[in-house]
Amino acid sequence: MSDEFDKKIEAKADTIVDAGSVPSGSAPGIDYVPAHEKPDQELYHSHSWWTTYVFSQDAKYIGIQYAITAIGTGLIGLVLSWMMRLQLAFPGLGILEPSAYYQFITMHGMIMVIYLLTALFLGGFGNLLIPLMCGARDMAFPYLNMVSYWAFLLAVLILLSSFFVPGGPTGAGWTLYPPQAITSGTPGSSAGIVLMLISLCVFVAGFTMGGLNYIITMLQSRARGMTLMRLPLTCWGIFTATVLALLAFPALLVGCIMMTLDNLLGTSFFMPAMISMGEKLSYDGGSPLLFQHLFWFFGHPEVYIIALPAFGIISDLISVHARKNIFGYRMMVWAIVGIGALSFFVWAHHMYVSGMTPWFGYFFATTTLIIAVPTAIKVYNWVLTLWRGNIHLTLPMLFALAFIVTFVNGGLTGIFLGNVTVDVPLSDTYFVVAHFHMVMGIAPILVVFGAIYHWFPLITGRMLHEGIGRIHFWVTFLGSYAIYFPMHYQGFVGVPRRYFEIYDSPYITTSTLHLNVFITIAALIVGAAQLLFLFNLIYSARAGEKAEKNPWKANSLEWLTPEMPPGHGNFGKELPVVYRWAYDFNVPGADKDYIPQTVPPSEVRYAKVEKT
Amino acid sequence: MDQAALKKLPRGWKSIPSDLNSDQTAFKGVNWGKAMMWIFLLSDTFIFSCFLLSYMTGRGSTVLPWPNPSQVFALNFMGVPVPLLLIAIMTFVLITSSGTMAMAVKYGYEKNRKLCGTFLLLTALGGLTFVGMQAFEWSKLIFHEGVRPWSNPYGAPQFGSFFFMITGFHGTHVSIGVIFLFIFTRKVFRGDFDSGRKGYFTSMKSDYVAIEILGLYWHFVDLVWVFIFAFFYLW
Repeated sequence: MSDEFDKKIEAKADTIVDAGSVPSGSAPGIDYVPAHEKPDQELYHSHSWWTTYVFSQDAKYIGIQYAITAIGTGLIGLVLSWMMRLQLAFPGLGILEPSAYYQFITMHGMIMVIYLLTALFLGGFGNLLIPLMCGARDMAFPYLNMVSYWAFLLAVLILLSSFFVPGGPTGAGWTLYPPQAITSGTPGSSAGIVLMLISLCVFVAGFTMGGLNYIITMLQSRARGMTLMRLPLTCWGIFTATVLALLAFPALLVGCIMMTLDNLLGTSFFMPAMISMGEKLSYDGGSPLLFQHLFWFFGHPEVYIIALPAFGIISDLISVHARKNIFGYRMMVWAIVGIGALSFFVWAHHMYVSGMTPWFGYFFATTTLIIAVPTAIKVYNWVLTLWRGNIHLTLPMLFALAFIVTFVNGGLTGIFLGNVTVDVPLSDTYFVVAHFHMVMGIAPILVVFGAIYHWFPLITGRMLHEGIGRIHFWVTFLGSYAIYFPMHYQGFVGVPRRYFEIYDSPYITTSTLHLNVFITIAALIVGAAQLLFLFNLIYSARAGEKAEKNPWKANSLEWLTPEMPPGHGNFGKELPVVYRWAYDFNVPGADKDYIPQTVPPSEVRYAKVEKT
Repeated sequence: MDQAALKKLPRGWKSIPSDLNSDQTAFKGVNWGKAMMWIFLLSDTFIFSCFLLSYMTGRGSTVLPWPNPSQVFALNFMGVPVPLLLIAIMTFVLITSSGTMAMAVKYGYEKNRKLCGTFLLLTALGGLTFVGMQAFEWSKLIFHEGVRPWSNPYGAPQFGSFFFMITGFHGTHVSIGVIFLFIFTRKVFRGDFDSGRKGYFTSMKSDYVAIEILGLYWHFVDLVWVFIFAFFYLW
């Protein structure tokens, strides 16, 4: 930036240049990068089809395995939501039994939050992108990484097997609140809930293995020159989310273990003295509130486990497709870290109506509203990145723009619900359903789509079909507003959530009934558009237009591999050397509108780049 | 990073910004596995914290009297009930095994195969003794005193619930540690860590640092026991 700074760097570099190995042919002074600290990673080389594609230890393949499993499970969640919507729109048809409705609601919630979004963002995108973006050959512990995927698959299978046990899956709602979760009368209160709890425990164990990998790879296995503050924001989002997961999942694990014991052994951790079917149960003296605290100590960070990777990915998409550096990179990093830290101090805002002392509610309302500060910083910075950018309305950019709008919408309703006094009347209405679907359903899913359209060429070497993609985008974006905007209204007029049948009665406005039909039609259309997207994935992977190398002209390392899709070991013989951050777009003085991270300063002497 | 390069790095508080601003690694010269174990232990700390906090909540909110630990856990010695006798021995054995583990790590880095393996074996035996005594304690509580996870003759049923769950979870940790200690003993005596023999599952080269990593886990399990000991037997 300033000549003085360059001189200082040059002087410093001249004194220490002997310590590092300087690639021959480049000017040694300004291109100084510290030498390798460690020998090249020892890799596992597969020899058979089974160890290459099935029991793969290559993070890229594991990422794809994670993604396919997660999306497959997510489709089941989608079908469940269709069934629920049909039941709500046409209660007279008797599509679902009440118990089936509760079972579907529970499975839909759990599948979408944990088995789709968490697994897809961290397991899928994390595995695919972390080693590539950090400039590593693979994850730090490839074997552990493989076990992590198989544990995830096992968790999914255990979860789905609960559809086939006597009594069916649990119908306790995704929050699994005791005592009703394990009391007779709740669907799946014997076998279903146990399978759910065991599945969650297996998921946590599997995720811990993967999460340790992501953290160590990012901290200990970066390329030469890749400082933490040069990492793409995607990495920062996934990193912080992983830290949250490693600290939040323990609470879920403990809650699950204790409830399993309550159910199988008859302990009374969460179960108070109760009368069921006219008989006093053997339970006595447990605290249902304890479970709520454990669950939400996991549950609230879980929201950010999904949101933070989405924040990171969207920052990268916006920057690349608006050809402009991300506004306030450091601020963005600190906002991610700050949101992550704050997310551990807000959990009881999910429990305002559980009978806590009002002083507690006051504390948690305050911390909840404080989170709005770093979140708003992020939204402003996205908008400022777009401002005067060279916006390309590519598919990833469309999804990114849709994300910002949707996230702001869901965030604003979050401010309503974060305040105790406003939350009490809105609690357990469709307003809550609309809020969390907007902010942690639709918004992250839009990021998932944007990310898939963006990185599909990296995985397959082909572009996704543009026309089908645009139909998919508009139907999904407008359709999800058609679904969730009316729900805000339904919440205001007091329609309760979790009712399996809403019919004409003095307590329900007539407009609600018509809206329910409208929402269901919209949901069916949006769901069908996802099938179009799946078709696009399969079709384009086989017969899509061949992508050129680095098709979006991005700067980050994943596009700079010698071959695309990247091969085993990612970077060929020599690992890349990094000289700059990932956001050098449209730098004044440079001859191209982007400067990849591996371009040394001596090659772009006249470019006025940011010092990172 | 070699020792000479490590020595040139800033020390103390200054090392924090210097390490975090540097490239390649955030923990300079730290083995990946070792860093991973520390982070795993942090996560595991949260698990045990959740367990113990739940225990405190449960014990604090029950209306029934909580059994007196010095009575429940007493052992008859020469006809006299001695409170906490068994637990004192168990704790002593486990803490001692931490000492032998530290010796094993030291001799590992000195590439003293025989002493390293011997101390690992001693640690494993210490752990096994602990688990054995815990099994004895459990069976005494269950078969002689009628304590069950769902009820007990002394008072609040949550006493048995929390006791069996938390000591059971800790005992599982110890048992896993013992299994790995035996495996590592065999590996040390076979010379895997000297020859850099490839692991059966991971196919990665063996290194003496693995003993230190196992040591971290073992010390952690001992440290957790101190808390469990304090909260269950002394409170």
